[in-house]
Amino acid sequence: MSTKKTTTQPLLDVQNLKTYFYTDDGVLTAVDGVDFQVAPRQVFGLVGESGCGKSVTSLSLMRLVDTPGKIVDGQVLLQGENLLDKTPAEMTKVRGSQISMIFQQPKSSLNPVFTIGDQIVEVFKIHETISEKDARQQAVELLRRVGIPDPERKAQAYPHELSGGQAQRVMIAMALALKPRLLIADEPTTALDATIQAQILDLMQDLRDTTDTAVILITHDLGVIAELADRVAVMYAGKIVEEGDTTALFDKPLHPYTQGLMGSIPVLGDTKERLEVIPGNVPSLINLQPGCRFASRCGARVEHNLEICTQVEPDLIEFDAGHKVRCWLYQEHAGHTPPLKAFADKKDRK
Amino acid sequence: MIQYIVRRVLLAIPVILGILVVTFLIARAIPGDPCRSALGERATEAACEAFNQRMGLDQPVLVQLGIYMRQILLEGDFGSSIRYSRPVSLMLIERLPVTLELGVSALILAVMVGIPAGILSAVKRNSRIDVAAMVGSNIGVSMPVYWLGLMLAYVFSIFLKDTPFWLPPSGRLTAGVIAAPFYKVWDWQLVSGSLGAQAADFFSNLVLFNSFITGQWHVFSDGIKHLILPAVALSTIPLAIIARITRSSMLDVLGAEYVRTARAKGLAERAVILKHALRNALLPIITVVGLQTGTLFAGAVLTETIFSFSGVGRALFDAITGRDFPVIQAFTVVIAVGYVAINLIVDICYAFIDPRIKIE
Amino acid sequence: MAVQSPPVASVEQVQDYRNNSLLFLTFRRLFRQRNAQVGMLILGFLVLVAIFAPALAPYDPDQSLIGVESIDKRAGPCIHLLGCPADQPEHYMGVDGNVRDQYSRIIYGTRVSLFIGFSTIGLAVIFGTIIGAVSGYAGGWVDNIIMRIMDVILAFPSFLLAIAIITVLGRGLQNALYAIAIVNVPVFARLVRSSVMSLKELDFVTASRSLGASPLRILFIRILPNAIPTLIVQATLSIGGAILEAAALSFLGLGAQPPLAEWGTMLGTERNQVFTSPHLVFFPGIAIMVTVLAFNLLGDGFRDAMDPRLAQLAKS
Ligand SMILES: Nc1ncnc2c1ncn2[C@@H]1O[C@H](COP(=O)(O)OP(=O)(O)OP(=O)(O)O)[C@@H](O)[C@H]1O
Ligand code: SF4
Ligand SMILES: [Mg+2]
Repeated sequence: MSTKKTTTQPLLDVQNLKTYFYTDDGVLTAVDGVDFQVAPRQVFGLVGESGCGKSVTSLSLMRLVDTPGKIVDGQVLLQGENLLDKTPAEMTKVRGSQISMIFQQPKSSLNPVFTIGDQIVEVFKIHETISEKDARQQAVELLRRVGIPDPERKAQAYPHELSGGQAQRVMIAMALALKPRLLIADEPTTALDATIQAQILDLMQDLRDTTDTAVILITHDLGVIAELADRVAVMYAGKIVEEGDTTALFDKPLHPYTQGLMGSIPVLGDTKERLEVIPGNVPSLINLQPGCRFASRCGARVEHNLEICTQVEPDLIEFDAGHKVRCWLYQEHAGHTPPLKAFADKKDRK
Repeated sequence: MIQYIVRRVLLAIPVILGILVVTFLIARAIPGDPCRSALGERATEAACEAFNQRMGLDQPVLVQLGIYMRQILLEGDFGSSIRYSRPVSLMLIERLPVTLELGVSALILAVMVGIPAGILSAVKRNSRIDVAAMVGSNIGVSMPVYWLGLMLAYVFSIFLKDTPFWLPPSGRLTAGVIAAPFYKVWDWQLVSGSLGAQAADFFSNLVLFNSFITGQWHVFSDGIKHLILPAVALSTIPLAIIARITRSSMLDVLGAEYVRTARAKGLAERAVILKHALRNALLPIITVVGLQTGTLFAGAVLTETIFSFSGVGRALFDAITGRDFPVIQAFTVVIAVGYVAINLIVDICYAFIDPRIKIE
Repeated sequence: MAVQSPPVASVEQVQDYRNNSLLFLTFRRLFRQRNAQVGMLILGFLVLVAIFAPALAPYDPDQSLIGVESIDKRAGPCIHLLGCPADQPEHYMGVDGNVRDQYSRIIYGTRVSLFIGFSTIGLAVIFGTIIGAVSGYAGGWVDNIIMRIMDVILAFPSFLLAIAIITVLGRGLQNALYAIAIVNVPVFARLVRSSVMSLKELDFVTASRSLGASPLRILFIRILPNAIPTLIVQATLSIGGAILEAAALSFLGLGAQPPLAEWGTMLGTERNQVFTSPHLVFFPGIAIMVTVLAFNLLGDGFRDAMDPRLAQLAKS
């Protein structure tokens, strides 16, 4: 794994992003103050349980959140420009050419009534002045590149004629058509079976090594993160609870939730169930209780008898260089001394 | 594709045969004495017997059915009206074009207004436009067609009298306005009574079509003026229903993942809606448009009554209440075949729009 | 994208969400919906009008005022408050061709129309449920035959079929009611059938069968209650259509017969007078429209409330 160092200016700088859903039953705080940076050419992993707000975060970056959702606060700086300030027309120029996205369900992400060739050609036509013939040729070239056999013929196929793995390859081809700065991959392999998953990941790894595109990789699968990501953020209930370089985070997980995730990685076997090993459920994101969002499931809180956890929300603090965590085990507060500062240090020394 | 169409057409044949039989049986189930309703209540026994013999009504029902099927299928002969003693085919040639022009213009109106309204509503959901369109469509489906027709007739022919907006309240053409049939204008030599002549008659009875191709503009504009109110009245319910289904179908599709993909590509919202979403939303819309032709026909009975159009709807109503079997049969068959044909067209449209259908 | 601060969800809202049944949620959604609210409001009003018709109507609806008052036949509305001379008798909606007070006839017509709507659909629901339950529970050829018959009924435009049925049965309000009930049966039969089919293999049903419960008991106690919500939605939506169809039949002279104060008949008998006395056409039509609208709004509201996903879409 190559660890690319963060350069001076990040490619993407997300600050205090908040996206809320105004539902019938109240305001659902799906993304509630998320900060992170992605460096050029970096692979940035985003992990967390189902419903913690990963997809909403990524859709917010593209400004594709559907009603009743709204981005209510924050900044999304792409090379210093705030995407949230752009007009809708300016935003369409960014999408597909500077940031592109692939989704969890490749088959339903392709329009069933157009051939895949047409759908790829469309990307060129939107953003470039290009002849139909050239666009078609490039589309076929892209399909070849992502490993679609017999690309000339397959370009005439409709999405229902593809397998899930092929559909995801097509999605990747479409996303990379214009060599974007940033690719957001929202659980690109979750819907695929294991062997196909491996192939798609190989393809992504290959593309990472051969293009200049940075990747935000969203997944449930810590194994995938360990293999592909340079940096990782762990999300819980709409907030980032821990963030660090992949090696550091895997060597020394700080947050009890991250530790739980790591503890539940099986050596072999099915990847699906592992995240449910931490007892309890993600809290409803409507009308959250005060304090730490993980409190109801946190063993460390009980162990150390921390009352502050259910009263005040901890901040995301930089605990080690480049390694951030949001937990009272590490943060000082009036009348509260973090009990685990020493413990973590000790563990580190071993 | 051609194979698909041929197969659908072949599949429609048994349905049409079934319709012929069912129609015959239903017509016979209607109680009452056709002789008395044709010759009057005081017709003598002997006169009735002669009448029944002439009309073949003295035969057993199954024999009648056989004769009837043979006549229709092999000779294209629908028999003669009991009440008017005229060939039913002549009545069809006169009346079907009237209903066709009325129904088609109402359908065009419903589609041309309903679909854009539905799209707009879905895209601007919860906006004022949406609320207005949906309130309008709710009122539209709740409105009695005949009431709307009468009120329109009142408003446009009495209230707006002496304004440029005046429209005639009834009839297909103003009395005295007569269009020369196109075959006379072009001096075609037709053998009277031949199939060609009948077809030519049929098409020349399409007032708008005939006057348009022959350039008889005063007839054309008179025909249009007479058609506006009935077509508007007839189109309200289908229009409202089409607008609603378009809205809900669009709302469904706009939430689909491929629409998100289209946006993520950087496609402008307009293109996302009109290209990616609409094409997928069309399937249920087409189904409903197909179904609405049935509603249109029921509405035609009422609309033709109010606007004094001598179309098929009114004729069928009169035939049912007058127990004029051959007319009931022939007209029902024509309507049913039209129904089947429209279903066929809907199926074929499906195949054109949705590539997934071809494999089956 | 507009940046705005989130409105605060009220505590009660969130709490009552936590612990409530589907039925309660459905009703809560129903009461929240503007459509349904308007529908309920109108319908409540109409029911009150129907109940208190004798108190509300200034005249006997069937009484001709010839010789009672000095008024021309088909005289237009006369409302004193709006400047109609005080020496003329007051008729809010004018009088008809037989010099009867139209306002009173419209009021009494509410009774007829509500009766038509509830009775026809009531009949259709009962027979549709029986047919659908038998069909779905029996399965096999019984199911096949019944459903093909239903298909045939559905294949004809329902209004034409109703006309044909009336021609067989004879004219009159009662026969018109039967005709409308008949053309509405297939919808309910299909609905109940599919609900029975989907439930009859479920565990709790097989369990009670293995415990020796009789098929009828299973059907009525275990299966049918589950179909009730969808039945209510469909019935509400169908009532509007039934009232509209009944009025159209009466308009054509096939349904209710004069002198009964039925809106469609009133409209039909005076339709040729529309150019001279439009009020005789206008008011009955409005009455029909408002009534049908109430049922349609309520039906839509029910449907959306039952299907939260649709409701959410409709709202957002
Ligand atoms: N359209 C919506 N309306 C209301 N709530 C929504 C909507 N979309 C997402 N949410 C809520 O936002 C929260 C975050 O959802 P999100 O899809 O981002 O989760 P996720 O982390 O991507 O989960 P998964 O791993 O299952 O994809 C969830 O609680 C979800 O219920
Ligand atoms: S803040 Fe408290 S409750 Fe939250 S994770 Fe840390 S120890 Fe657990
Ligand atoms: Mg997700």
